[in-house]
Amino acid sequence: MNWAGLYAVLSGVNRHSTAIGRIWLSVIFIFRIMVLVVAAESVWGDEKSAFTCNTQQPGCNSVCYDHFFPISHIRLWALQLILVTTPALLVAMHVAYQQHQEKKLLVLTGHADPKHMEEVKKHKMRISGSLWWTYVCSVVFRLLFEAVFMYIFYMLYPGYQMVRLVKCEAYPCPNTVDCFISRPTEKTIFTVFMLVTSSICIVLNLAELVYLVVRACARRGQHNSNPPSGKGSFYGHKLSSEYKQNEINQLLTEQDGSLKDMLRRNPGLQEKGDRCSAC
Amino acid sequence: MDWGSLHSILGGVNKHSTSIGKIWLTVLFIFRIMILVVAAERVWGDEQDDFICNTLQPGCKNVCYDHFFPISHIRLWALQLIFVSTPALLVAMHVAYRRHEKKRQFRKGDQKCEYKDIEEIRKQRFHIEGSLWWTYTSSIFFRLVFEAVFMYVFYFMYDGFQMPRLMKCSAWPCPNTVDCFVSRPTEKTVFTIFMIAVSSICILLNVAELCYLVTKFFLRRSKRAGNPKHHPNHENKEETKQNEMNELISDSCQNTVIGFSS
Repeated sequence: MNWAGLYAVLSGVNRHSTAIGRIWLSVIFIFRIMVLVVAAESVWGDEKSAFTCNTQQPGCNSVCYDHFFPISHIRLWALQLILVTTPALLVAMHVAYQQHQEKKLLVLTGHADPKHMEEVKKHKMRISGSLWWTYVCSVVFRLLFEAVFMYIFYMLYPGYQMVRLVKCEAYPCPNTVDCFISRPTEKTIFTVFMLVTSSICIVLNLAELVYLVVRACARRGQHNSNPPSGKGSFYGHKLSSEYKQNEINQLLTEQDGSLKDMLRRNPGLQEKGDRCSAC
Repeated sequence: MDWGSLHSILGGVNKHSTSIGKIWLTVLFIFRIMILVVAAERVWGDEQDDFICNTLQPGCKNVCYDHFFPISHIRLWALQLIFVSTPALLVAMHVAYRRHEKKRQFRKGDQKCEYKDIEEIRKQRFHIEGSLWWTYTSSIFFRLVFEAVFMYVFYFMYDGFQMPRLMKCSAWPCPNTVDCFVSRPTEKTVFTIFMIAVSSICILLNVAELCYLVTKFFLRRSKRAGNPKHHPNHENKEETKQNEMNELISDSCQNTVIGFSS
């Protein structure tokens, strides 16, 4: 499992994202992960071996390095990128669950041929209903993780500039010792670059959040002024109204409690009131 | 996520590019990215380890290296290649958006879009017309801008493109002035000149592509102005005219009849 594996996992989520979500994903993969792998890792590659202290005291070098770099920038960024990209998996799981429910419905209504099943897998889910809440939660978590990591970064390395020289007094260094960092300017450049892209991602996430909320309110306004039109499930459109009613009657008399719940909740098979803001 | 993934992402864009665009992409991947990965990274691999200063003063080497190489050539080229290849994604996004619109129309059963199935929409190549033309031209323009900016940054940072053998350093904590020796200066100069040359070729290709697109645009425009009914098509003339008008206004559905611009 490496960055390429993560890319494969998240590309699937891409299909059910908004346009801003897709732009965010591209920025993450090209301007952050790729730059990290291709450039930044080689800049920090020799950070310990080329960290030189003006002393011959054994152990002083290691102790001072550990004191000034409790966790390397590279590792911090890797953790940040992993945590920031994983809320998208919540959405993936929810979509998989909805697809599973749709397949179950197809089987029960006798439409279980391979073509319909394939279509369930391939069609894009609308971000409405509970999926809207899941999606919004994932965006909020992304924002939270980004902010937390930027704060941690600032706490660990006050200011974003990498200094050339640090003065170290930790045992076993005798008195105060000058220690020199390798490639400080290059590190500063990449730190600033990663911070800027992180800020761009935060802005994109905020924009996506605002877009989702505005869209939900607009839809709710439309819903209130027009009679509900049974939106939601993909196959709600496909079944005719009489057939729908027959199926509902049949299924409601069955013993399957969970399916009854699902049908009651599913807006495509029943006329639904304004239960939630995102319908 | 590495150069291979970038190659697979950009390979998809290739389908909707002009011939010059395809040549540019090939030059980019073979003569720049591949050379960078296969050769240049080895040459610069020991740049700090073998940067030797004539002093025993601890820290002097680090400081002098940092002073003369604020950012390594390799990283600068990597950033340049990433920035230069990403405008093509604008085109990819626009094409994906158009495909999405067509799929929507197909699903609604619209008469205008005549496709057998969704697979055909997915495989269809879009002609560079209308708003796609503007997106494509903008992406080329951005490419040019990024190439030029990076070449300027390079020249500005390293005072020309030659790598000197010896540098004199007097930054603290080096005592007085110290001689520092760069590792493999000639090999580095050779690769620097090679990368700059290929970069210039890419700039020329982009300029040529821009000129080609602009010329094609004006030719098409003058043809339309001169001969509005002179397009080979399957429908009758009135319908053709109506279709063309619709296309120019909405530009949401690229019909199979238009586009025979030769």
